[in-house]
Order: sequence, then C-alpha cells, then structure tokens
Amino acid sequence: MSPTMAADENEFVIDAEGLTKSFGNRTVVRDLTIRVRRGRIFGFLGANGSGKTTTIRMLAGLLRPDAGRGTCLGYDITTQTEMLKRHVGYMTQHFSLYTDLSIRQNLEFVARVHELPHPRRQARAAIERLGLAGREDQLAGALSGGWKQRLALSACILPGPELLLLDEPTAGVDPKARRDFWNNIHDLAAEGMTVLVSTHYMDEAERCHELAYLSAGQILTRGTAQEVIENSHLTTWTVSGPDLSELAKRIKTLPGIESVTPFGTTLHVSGTDAARIEKSISGLLDGPQKWERAEVTLEDVFIHMMGVAGDGEA
Amino acid sequence: MKFGMWKRTWAMIVKEFIQLRRDRMSLGLMIFIPLLQLILFGYAINMNPHHLPTAVFARDHGTYARTFLSAMKATRYFDIVREVHSDEEIDELILSGKIQFAVEIPENFSRDLARGQRPQMLVIADATDPATIGGPISALRVLAGTALARDMAGPLRGGQGSQAPFELVVHQRYNPEEITSLNIVPGLLGTILTLTMVVFTALAVTRETERGTMENLLSMPIRPVEVMMGKIVPYILIGAVQFALILGAAHLLFNVPVTGSLLLLVALSTLFIVANLSIGYTFSTVARNQLQAVQMAIMFFLPSLLLSGFLFPFRGMPEWAQYIGSVLPLTHFTRIVRGIMLKGATFGDMVQEVVALGLFTLAALGVAVTRFRRTLD
Repeated sequence: MSPTMAADENEFVIDAEGLTKSFGNRTVVRDLTIRVRRGRIFGFLGANGSGKTTTIRMLAGLLRPDAGRGTCLGYDITTQTEMLKRHVGYMTQHFSLYTDLSIRQNLEFVARVHELPHPRRQARAAIERLGLAGREDQLAGALSGGWKQRLALSACILPGPELLLLDEPTAGVDPKARRDFWNNIHDLAAEGMTVLVSTHYMDEAERCHELAYLSAGQILTRGTAQEVIENSHLTTWTVSGPDLSELAKRIKTLPGIESVTPFGTTLHVSGTDAARIEKSISGLLDGPQKWERAEVTLEDVFIHMMGVAGDGEA
Repeated sequence: MKFGMWKRTWAMIVKEFIQLRRDRMSLGLMIFIPLLQLILFGYAINMNPHHLPTAVFARDHGTYARTFLSAMKATRYFDIVREVHSDEEIDELILSGKIQFAVEIPENFSRDLARGQRPQMLVIADATDPATIGGPISALRVLAGTALARDMAGPLRGGQGSQAPFELVVHQRYNPEEITSLNIVPGLLGTILTLTMVVFTALAVTRETERGTMENLLSMPIRPVEVMMGKIVPYILIGAVQFALILGAAHLLFNVPVTGSLLLLVALSTLFIVANLSIGYTFSTVARNQLQAVQMAIMFFLPSLLLSGFLFPFRGMPEWAQYIGSVLPLTHFTRIVRGIMLKGATFGDMVQEVVALGLFTLAALGVAVTRFRRTLD
C-alpha cells in the first residue's frame, strides 16, 4: 500500500531535485539535487553555513523549499509532511528534547505522540537498549553531551522510522561515544535503514557509503570517499623537519600550491597541478626539511575545497 | 581596581543596550504601551459616571411627575431609556443589568402632592457597584427638595417649610449597605484569573521556541490543534484550583455570599478561564520570545483591569471606551460574577455575556491555530 513497502535495493529513499531556499535575499541552498538509495549512509559535508542544515530541514518537511521538488520514502516534502513526520526520524543539531523531563518521560512523550502501542514498555525497552537502566529518572538536561546524543538518537529511532536525517549528531561528543554512535548507525543501515548524516569529521566521512560536499548551497562533489579523492585530481606532499611555519609562509604564494596546512609536525602541501607544484618546490627539496609525495586524504580534499570555494558564512 | 569595575560594568551596559535595540518589538512595546495606556485610560476613566440607563414606571402622568422626570434628566446622571408597566419588568431589567435605576411614580402622585400629602416616590438602584450610584443618588436627594419648587409656587407651597413636598424612597438592591468588599471580591476573582491564565499560556509556545524544543516538536506527527489543547487543558485545572481558593477565601474572610447557582458560576468561570487561556496562547504564537509574550500579556491585562467595570464604573466611560471594554472577557465575567454572586442572576439573565465570552474564545483559538507555524520558515 504505502510506497515504502517495496524494499527495492535500487529505490531512492531520498529523491530531491532543484531544491532552492532563501532567507531574505540570502540564498542558502541553490538548485540542489540529492538521491540516496535504501540502506545507504549518505554523508553531508561542508563548512558552517554551507546549507547542510537547511537542506536537511527541507527534507524533514520543516522548511518549504522556494523551488524544486522532492520526496522522502515516496512522500512529497511539501505536501505530505504529516506522513513524512511519521516515517522519518530527524535528529536536530542542538539537543531538542525536554531538559526538564527525565530520560524516561522524554521517551514516553515521543512514543505517545507517535501513537506507539504500550508507550511505557517501549520507553523502558529503549532505556535498556541505551544502557541507561537505573538512570531513567535523571533529567535529560543533566546528561553529558555524549549521553544526550545517544538519548536523542534513541528517541529518534523509537517510532521505527525508515529514514534518519541526522544533523551534526556527533558535534561536541568524545571519540569513543562517536565510534559507538557510528557502529550503531552501521547496524541500523544493515537492517535497511537509510541515513543522511551531516558532519565535520573526516573519519566519519570515511565511514559513509557516499559523500556530498556542500559549499554555498551547492554540491561541489559527490561519490564514495575513493571517488571524491580521485575526482579532486589533487597532489599532496608532506613536509617534515625544522622551521615549518617559516616555510609555510614562504611557499604559500608559489605557483601551483593551492593549500598549505599544518598537520601536527608535518605540513600538507596540495594543488591540482602536480607538475607546477613539483616545479615550485624543486629548489626546496634539498633544504633542511624532508619532502614526501603522500597519499591524498579526504581531509586534504575538503581543506582544498574550502580554500577554493572560499565559502563559509562571512 | 575601582576603574576596572567601571569598565566591566560599562561593557555590560553597552551589551544590554545592543541586545535591547535588536529586539525591535520589545522596544516598541516599551514605548508604545505606556503612551497608549496613558491616553486610553486618561480619557476613559471617569469616577463620576453620567447618563446611566434608567427605567420609569409612571403610574401617574400629572404635571409634577413630568417636571420631576425632566429635572432628573437635566442632572445628566439619568438617561430614561425605558417606560415600563410593571414591577416585574423592573426586576428583570435590574437583574440583567440593562438598567442602573428605576423610578416608580405612584398613582395620584400629582394629586396627593397638591393636597400636601407627601406622596412617596420610589427609586430602585442597582448597588452591586456602589461607586456608580453614589453621585446620582445624592443628586436625587437634592432634586427632591428643589425640582418642584417653581411649579408649586403660590398656594400649594403653604405650610411645608424647607421639607421636600414628597418623600423620596431609595431602594438599593443587592448591596444595600454598600459594602465595598461585596463589590470588589467577586471582581477580583476575574482579575486574578485573567492575570495568571494569560501569562501561563503566553509563555507556552515561546518557551518551546526559545529552548529549541520546537524544532523537535514540529518534526513529530502532532497537529497545531493538538499542541494547543495539550497546552491549555492543564491550566484549566490550575484555574479551577485558583477559582476554588478565591471563592473559598471570599466566603470565609469577606462573607461574600453566592446568591445564585454555584454550579452555574463554576461552569461560566470555566468558560472564562478558557477564554483567557486562548488569548494567552494566541499571544504566544505571535511573540518571538518570552519577554514579548509577557509584555503582550500586560498590554491585555491593564485594559482588562481598568476598562472592564471592575475598578471604575463601566457606564462612566465614553462610548468608544465601552466598546473596547465590551471586547474584553473580564468585562463580561465581572457582570456574570456580580450577577450570580450578588444578584442571584440565572443563565437566562446573562445570555448576552455568555455569548460574548464564547465568541471571544472561539476567535482567539481560531487565530492561535492559524498563527501556529507548522514549519520553521
């Protein structure tokens, strides 16, 4: 009956094209097209203000696009928002459960609003899955960042959604909690859940099946992590040794060198024209520093893109 | 040390002003509310009301009766709005609050007067609001001695000296001793409920918006009407508790009776509570933050307090102010409460007020539901 019943592997759970949204005279999302297949984890990357949250809100039915059309799970994002809200789990960037309700009360509220049978039992089961048994009467506001995020996710999946929209779910969360979170996401995806997740963390980007890099409201590149790296045509050199900050200033303006970024005790020097970089640095290879041709990482690609696009809010 | 303190304080002051300036609506309200209220209340409030609706039951149409009635009109305290033909009619009009005074001219008034028999003239006053009738009644007493002086020149004047030619009997209904608490306490019931109910719900939606929980709420399958009802119902219970407390205290401490039906009072108070919760909820869908919501609640509360007839005589206000007053739920509730508690009024006597309260509630709820934003746009 419902368009979601056909569990076709190739079906697009998110299918939107030409999405455009402006606030005042500032266009935040511009002609954006996104398609995500069932069971995939789709990573949304981009600087702050690049339009990630706005796009996710449009897909969740919380903002009306000015132009374009789209469906999530087959429901139109402008006209069928009620069905959307029943079947899509949306986790907001900032903790938006009630801080003055206990863990259990929050979960019971969500269960009741979604008209789940036996809300108390469902909430108790969720608390046990969370590993919060015994602490269920603590106020949600008193939880640490990591626990808040786990609680928000479990509230999100409590009604059994088929699509999760997660807006920077791991911002401000410690590495272990982040790793647990991602294991959880992969388990859900393996069971058929489709996930769209925005993030700033490169290690998280690498754990997505597919990526899109957003800048100034447009997708600059997309594909698997490997494809994104290949499509960037980037060459990266690493430099180690003495006086790196001195060196960084000197080489920044050399032809072909598009980004110079310190990584701990090394510098990453990148550019899209391998030959020109080589020419520029040829005189430096015999200096006190050690130069090495390195494997391009996702981080190199994104730092390079941020530099080229010059995006951000300003 | 001292200097550093001033620098830090100054930093704080500058920051506060910047934030104030950013919240244009609050700033506007800060300037607009006092100005509006000064003008509104300055012109509207009149402690000595004139042109009070008066009914006349004339069982004598002689010269002296006519002269006395026109002298009454000349005081400008009385507007003769009705001619009635029975005592029952007077009772009904006073009970429903359609008239403030009724004057009954006895049979053969002019004849008895001419014979020097000092006939009695009966004036019935609705004393539920003692402030309203004070001026008119003292004017009437003066009038009794002087109004007929010219007509009675010559032979008829003989032998009466300074005594009035007829006896003026003033009958104050419902609160004959003019006990202030009997008037104020029922009025306070509505005033307290207005203040608390409007503020409670005015904060309801803005709190969700300010805390960021609105985004989560909007992403769940719950409809605006459901959110609204969910936010209003708990406060109906709180209102009921307040109602019971005030009424109990009024009875125990001030001996204010409930002359009419307690059940009817409870039912109509519930309607009034819902009316106030709805307007508060409407504010909360308009206000951007809690400060604005509170300001709006105050902007609603002050006119309710001053123009409802609770503190100042409703009939003393100019017509335009009476129109504003007629929109406010407290105006109708004050009449209902005084009607039931002091006059023993029944539902039939207050249909108009009940309809007004009902319409107000529906309008406010309608606005609130349409104003409630379903998206974050």
